[in-house]
Amino acid sequence: MGLDVAFWILAVVGVTAALAVVLLGDVFRAALSLVLCFLAVAGIYLTLNADFLAVVQILVYVGAISVLIILAIMLTREVQRGSPSNRLRIPALFVAALFLVVVIYALLNTNWQISSVPPLEPTTPAIAGLLFGEGGFILPVEIAPILLLAAIIGAIVLVREK
Amino acid sequence: MFSETVFTPLFLPELTLLVSAVVVILLDLFVKRKWWLAAVSIAGIVVSAGFAIAMWGGDSQSIFFGMMAVDNFAIFFKLLFLVIAALVILASTDYVAKFARFQGEYYALVLLSALGMMLMAATTELISIYIALELTSISLYILVGFLKDPKSTEASLKYLLLGAVASAILLFGMALVFGFTGQTQLGEIAAAIQSLSLSGVVSSPGLMLGIVLMIAGFGFKIAAVPFHMWVPDVYEGAPTPVTAYLSVASKAAGFAVILRVFYSAFGIPSWLSLDWMLIFAILAAVGMTVGNIIALTQTNIKRMLGYSSIAQAGYLMVGLAAVSFLWESSYRGTVTGQGGLLFFLASYALTNLGAFTAIIAISNKLDSDLIADYSGMGKRAPLLALALTLCLISLIGMPPAAGFMAKFYIFSGAVQQGLLWLVIIAVINSVISAYYYLRVVKVMWLGKPASATRVPSSIALRVALAISCLGVLVLGIIPGFVMKLAEMAAQMFVS
Repeated sequence: MGLDVAFWILAVVGVTAALAVVLLGDVFRAALSLVLCFLAVAGIYLTLNADFLAVVQILVYVGAISVLIILAIMLTREVQRGSPSNRLRIPALFVAALFLVVVIYALLNTNWQISSVPPLEPTTPAIAGLLFGEGGFILPVEIAPILLLAAIIGAIVLVREK
Repeated sequence: MFSETVFTPLFLPELTLLVSAVVVILLDLFVKRKWWLAAVSIAGIVVSAGFAIAMWGGDSQSIFFGMMAVDNFAIFFKLLFLVIAALVILASTDYVAKFARFQGEYYALVLLSALGMMLMAATTELISIYIALELTSISLYILVGFLKDPKSTEASLKYLLLGAVASAILLFGMALVFGFTGQTQLGEIAAAIQSLSLSGVVSSPGLMLGIVLMIAGFGFKIAAVPFHMWVPDVYEGAPTPVTAYLSVASKAAGFAVILRVFYSAFGIPSWLSLDWMLIFAILAAVGMTVGNIIALTQTNIKRMLGYSSIAQAGYLMVGLAAVSFLWESSYRGTVTGQGGLLFFLASYALTNLGAFTAIIAISNKLDSDLIADYSGMGKRAPLLALALTLCLISLIGMPPAAGFMAKFYIFSGAVQQGLLWLVIIAVINSVISAYYYLRVVKVMWLGKPASATRVPSSIALRVALAISCLGVLVLGIIPGFVMKLAEMAAQMFVS
């Protein structure tokens, strides 16, 4: 019961913050709303007993990425003009609403499989086992650093003068 | 046991490519003569291809605890990507002068994105597929922006933003499929779907929504029609060798992933494959028509080839729709349609690369991509014009070029599977497309040359062009050998 209430509060906060990110004209306020949205998502992870994921969410998204975004905004000129509106707002709203209806319909009318196993606690060793252990996800772990390498090279190319 | 899975000889093609990318970056710091970088890249590709060829024909195996398959299908695509990457690198040896400071980064990113594509074709697990796809995409986003002029930057930004949205849609689709089946391995997803004994779409809208969203996400990669809006601007703004690379390699990688995911995970029960077959058939019909009709009005040759590639994706999806009928039809066991799809990808890759290589040489001299400026090219650069003509004829699908055999295989496969209506639309479209391809040919051979100066080209570029054109002719005249390889690769669909 308590968890349900917590979930709904976090969900409302998260969705409201996400809407604010898109709708607010002031880019800086939008960035702060994004931080709030990330925090709400971290809270939802906690209600799902995903403690490790929640901490990672806070460290990486709320901590690092938000700071990066805010720093980038502070370095941008003409940030005062804010996020411009455009004439496709109404059609976009319509398509988004349609998509929302379809998703809600699909989610409500599907027989989702519900796990009968009680949630693990703590989850960190289990995640470590899944990532690095026998039969685990070692391949994506090995591809990820190559992805980062490509991204770093890209950052260098983008920043250096031609 | 564990050490075996961290290093396995079956992973050598990928490792070689990674090592050569790193070597290129390091070498860039020391060597003065930058053609060494291209040479090292090509050497890495050749060695990697050697390892891949050595594995050809063996039984299907899986490594990394079933996350990655080493089968003929994957090896066929790996070799295709390696050939494409090698030709693109050869064709860009002149062009890199436009971003001389970043040559090492350029070659390294081409190699890394080829590595991502090889992984896309081989991985059999949703998370790995996604990360491989991102590796490919991020390398390509950067490559598109290499020129650093306003057009190139705009193209890169557009590609990045739309690509990120497509990735989000794809992930949402994957999440729904995972939520429905509780598995991320393709084989286990298939097993989970079968064990649920569903009766139709109505009983599982969540699964269907997941599949549709995945089609949308992958559709972005192959430039299928409702998800094609990035193509013209990105193709126009990107450095021409990167445009060539995007138009063939990224598309082939998308098709490889679609074939593997939809075949391994959503092939059975048959109502499910009929559902997504129908989606692909409709996307194919719309894609061909929209791509060809908009291409008619283009004046910039890179944009024209962009819309043409949207249309070609439509023809390819005819093959995809035919493939999925397999479980139902009495033709079970024949792989003409599937082999035809792989053959089409190979011939399309060579053809488009040839066309773009000729365009690189011509536009380097002209500094323009307008079709009108190609006037009289037949007199200024007869060999380049001849090669471009051959490639355009192949894109129409006329003999003796490869495009004819490719379309023949795909369309006959589709007719066998009862998709006659789709083939009729495709044939009508081929006729429409002849108009805009032949217009370029006409301008080149019958137009008046604007000046008498000849168009120079480097040896490396000529080699790339010669290989592409030779490939187009060989595939067009004696298609048997490559078709046999394609059918061997497609065996995974029937076993």
